[in-house]
Amino acid sequence: MTITDYERVPTVSTEQNAALAQKLKRLWETEPGIAGFFSTVDHKEIGIRYIITAFAFLIAGGLEAALMRWQLAWPGRHALTPEQYDQLFTTHGMTMIFLYAGPVLSGFSNYLWPLLLGARDMALPRLNALSYWIYLCAGIFLYAAFAFGFGPNDGWFNYVPLAARAYNAGPNIDFYALGMILLGISTTVGSINFVVTFLRMRAPGMSINRVPILIWGTLTASAANIFAIPAVSLAFFLLWMDRNVGTHFFDVTTGGSAMLWQHLFWMFGHPWVYAIVLPAMGMVSDGLPVFVRRPLVGYTVVALATVATMVLGFGVWVHHMFATGLPNVSLSFFSAASLIIAVPSSVGVFAWIATIWTGRPVFTTAFMFFASVIVLFVIGGVSGFMTGSVPVDWQLTDTYFIVAHIHYVLIGINVFPVVGATYFWFPKFTGRLMDERLGRWNFWTMFIGFNIGFFPMHISGLLGMPRRVYTYADGMGWDWINLITTIGSYIFAIGVLLFLINVWKSYRKGPLAGDNPWDAPSLEWATTSPPPPYNFVVIPTVASRHPLWEDRLQQHEGEGSHVDAGLVLDHGREAIGTSSLDATPDIILRMPRDSYAPVILALTATTIFVGLAFHLWWLAGLGVLATGADIIGWLWPERALGETREPAING
Amino acid sequence: MPDGSKLPVAHYFPIAAGSPQVLQVGERVKRSSQNRSGLKVLLRALLCLFLCPIPRAFAAAPLNYMTGAGDKADAVLPLTWGVTIISIAVIVIISLLLAGAIWRRPGMAPQPAGSKIAIDERTDGLRWIWIGVGLSSLVLLFTVVWTMVVLAKVSSPSTKPALTVEITGHQWWWQVRYLNNDPSQVFSTANEIHIPAGQPVLFKLIGADVIHSFWIPALGGKTDAIPGQTNETWLEAHTPGIYHGQCTEYCGLQHAKMGMLLVAQSPQDFAAWRAHQLQSPARPSNGGQWAGLANFTTHCGSCHAVRGTDAAGSLGPDLSHLMQRQTIAAGSLPNDPQDLDRWIADPQGVKPGALMPKPELSADERASIISYLKTLN
Repeated sequence: MTITDYERVPTVSTEQNAALAQKLKRLWETEPGIAGFFSTVDHKEIGIRYIITAFAFLIAGGLEAALMRWQLAWPGRHALTPEQYDQLFTTHGMTMIFLYAGPVLSGFSNYLWPLLLGARDMALPRLNALSYWIYLCAGIFLYAAFAFGFGPNDGWFNYVPLAARAYNAGPNIDFYALGMILLGISTTVGSINFVVTFLRMRAPGMSINRVPILIWGTLTASAANIFAIPAVSLAFFLLWMDRNVGTHFFDVTTGGSAMLWQHLFWMFGHPWVYAIVLPAMGMVSDGLPVFVRRPLVGYTVVALATVATMVLGFGVWVHHMFATGLPNVSLSFFSAASLIIAVPSSVGVFAWIATIWTGRPVFTTAFMFFASVIVLFVIGGVSGFMTGSVPVDWQLTDTYFIVAHIHYVLIGINVFPVVGATYFWFPKFTGRLMDERLGRWNFWTMFIGFNIGFFPMHISGLLGMPRRVYTYADGMGWDWINLITTIGSYIFAIGVLLFLINVWKSYRKGPLAGDNPWDAPSLEWATTSPPPPYNFVVIPTVASRHPLWEDRLQQHEGEGSHVDAGLVLDHGREAIGTSSLDATPDIILRMPRDSYAPVILALTATTIFVGLAFHLWWLAGLGVLATGADIIGWLWPERALGETREPAING
Repeated sequence: MPDGSKLPVAHYFPIAAGSPQVLQVGERVKRSSQNRSGLKVLLRALLCLFLCPIPRAFAAAPLNYMTGAGDKADAVLPLTWGVTIISIAVIVIISLLLAGAIWRRPGMAPQPAGSKIAIDERTDGLRWIWIGVGLSSLVLLFTVVWTMVVLAKVSSPSTKPALTVEITGHQWWWQVRYLNNDPSQVFSTANEIHIPAGQPVLFKLIGADVIHSFWIPALGGKTDAIPGQTNETWLEAHTPGIYHGQCTEYCGLQHAKMGMLLVAQSPQDFAAWRAHQLQSPARPSNGGQWAGLANFTTHCGSCHAVRGTDAAGSLGPDLSHLMQRQTIAAGSLPNDPQDLDRWIADPQGVKPGALMPKPELSADERASIISYLKTLN
């Protein structure tokens, strides 16, 4: 039988091989300097960039919030004009939800997935690079509008008719709409990458019931995004057309519908908020066991609950619209679904408590952040439970109670896990440990500051304070609460600053970590810190959920997992493709070399949107042509990738 | 009042006007529905005994909704308090469990990097999830059922509303139109809604430009006013009083200052008020007032209307009986001469972005207009 080189049976190595490591390093490392910076497809570099860029947006969003809290510290202030305030609260929401919360999880997942799965890279490395570059371009595009004074000003949810040309004449909303469509491309291609990686790139033996919960979380979020993002991209595109081309999708005076926007937006918006917490919950599910020295309680139930939460998350969007006059039948269905979704989403909480209860805590900073998620999750969750009941929501909606709810769920189930994940995985990314003493100060300042800042918002909400107001009158019963909130939020900001200082300081001169500083069980800790460009010298084989704990847990199949012995894949950049459920190897995958095509495509795509934004149709057309050319170049069949006819080798 | 004198405030509003209050839990004068059961009385008494200090604190905030003053609010309040108490209980229980989990055994300090730390081989703990999920499911199911019951209950009032008021949300004020089968009985006012106490009132909600939301917290939940559709809601106030409202859907620059007042009156007082609203205000009685009317019509009449005059604009609030209102500028300012002057002199200073342009008036013209406005009782 004649086969090609990528259908060969690879050799298996059973011992350390320095020559092999050197060869792989030459094959996989990124070129140094500017060339490598723009052409790299290494998931680790892309992951770090995602994380750094996301944190930069977190800081920007935090500064916007600090300005708003300054304005709201007591009644009747004139620190900001209404227009400034409106652009700030819109940009704050847009930044935190779209430019920080999703991308930071993409970043961690990007870095960690191949390592957790025992793979050399993501399934589609160039697409991976593209998703980052488009994210960066979209973020700059959106912030350029804000920087020049025409940032979006109708809230991140952008309801019509206020977003229509008739009530929003300037280019603000056009930039928002086009920027979001561009960003949606990044999120969609990134999601596709995660799904394909999950299906094809797991190490031999890593059946789907052996993958870390972070994998389940990101997989679920990615599958959901593929369905949800088109809804919002469509909504923004229809809006852009209404505003610029003369259509009337949302124009009620000519037969359009204002409610159509809300449905399209929230059909995306609700799944999105689950997509930005489920991977973070996965981080907690994978991190807590390490710091209580026992496997996660209820792995299977937690994995299933992750998927169930996301699926149910597609059936609750109308709970953002309870006050819009929909008929009772509709309200009842979505209210019931919104209450019932608390069942799968609380499985994780019980699993975490059970794991800690039956384990033995090691009080690292990472543990403190992960454990605190439980309490913040529950506070955010119960305020969500309250809003799930329609008649109650008719009072709660659009008050500061909802602001309290969203910040407890977003900061509690995204920011705190991410900070914990940073303390946990920083040693793997950089080879150095973060400072534990500063970490304690970091944790308590963030935790105490956050609760002082945001818990009182429940009260001001119950006392009737509306959302999205640039000022408020005195005598409403809100004065003290707002002052306390402002002070608390500034303490929280100091906590975030301590975190950034710890990151910077530890990167420069933290103590060296070694391969597995935490004595953790998963595959990423089996390679060096930081990992070499090729991740693993030979492809690991996996026989349990906790490969590095097998000698002590005795829960593995057969001989157990192997990291130092496995398939040798060194005829170029190669990875092993395995079957979807049980991960038996079936083909050698040829992985692409570094390429400029992704960054160029990001620039040409952005050019299209810049042209549309400024009504420079010629520029948009040029962008389309350039994009087409780049795609053709990208997809041009390459021998190195096995896309051309190859001579057979002896079978 | 029909003779032009101002309503003696204390007469109509037993709660001192100017200090906005809502009624405390337990204070009732009369109820429109008679379907209270003994159990409800007992529950209310118990609730009040243990929680009354909290409602009193809440009651001091004009837009609070943890105390109610009408049938619709009352029907929802037990559910609101119920889910609040469940939520607090859940937080306390989980926090205690977490604290117990963390501190029940001596933990370990962070260990040197790379050192092997003992691992627990246990595989138990699943019971936690089943118990937790089981209990949560029961509570959630109970809440679902309770929600459906309350939702059905508040969908329509116990008696058919005799009065229908059409509320149109504009950027950034509320048009209030009293509907009637007889067109001559229809009239408009703005930002201050009067209703008879003790009976349900139907509200039709229209969005004139963008989406607004109509909310009088003490009396019931909010309903959006969405362009392209007419939403309906109903409210009922047990007793006469002033109830504060606020727009609660972001609608642009002055969303923050789009409040309103709902004034519930005894049926006789409401009838008198309505009759008065249908009348034109008294004609000017001296030259100064005539000049004021002329100035008003010239400078203000293209946007504002006053019944019985040539000022017939519909872009801004109807000002026919302006002096009967407690506030101006959609609740942003009290209705007194200095604030009226401040508002007219520079609306943008009070509500930057308001669609009322700064009028080009000399100080004399403004004073003349205000002297006329002061006659609009």
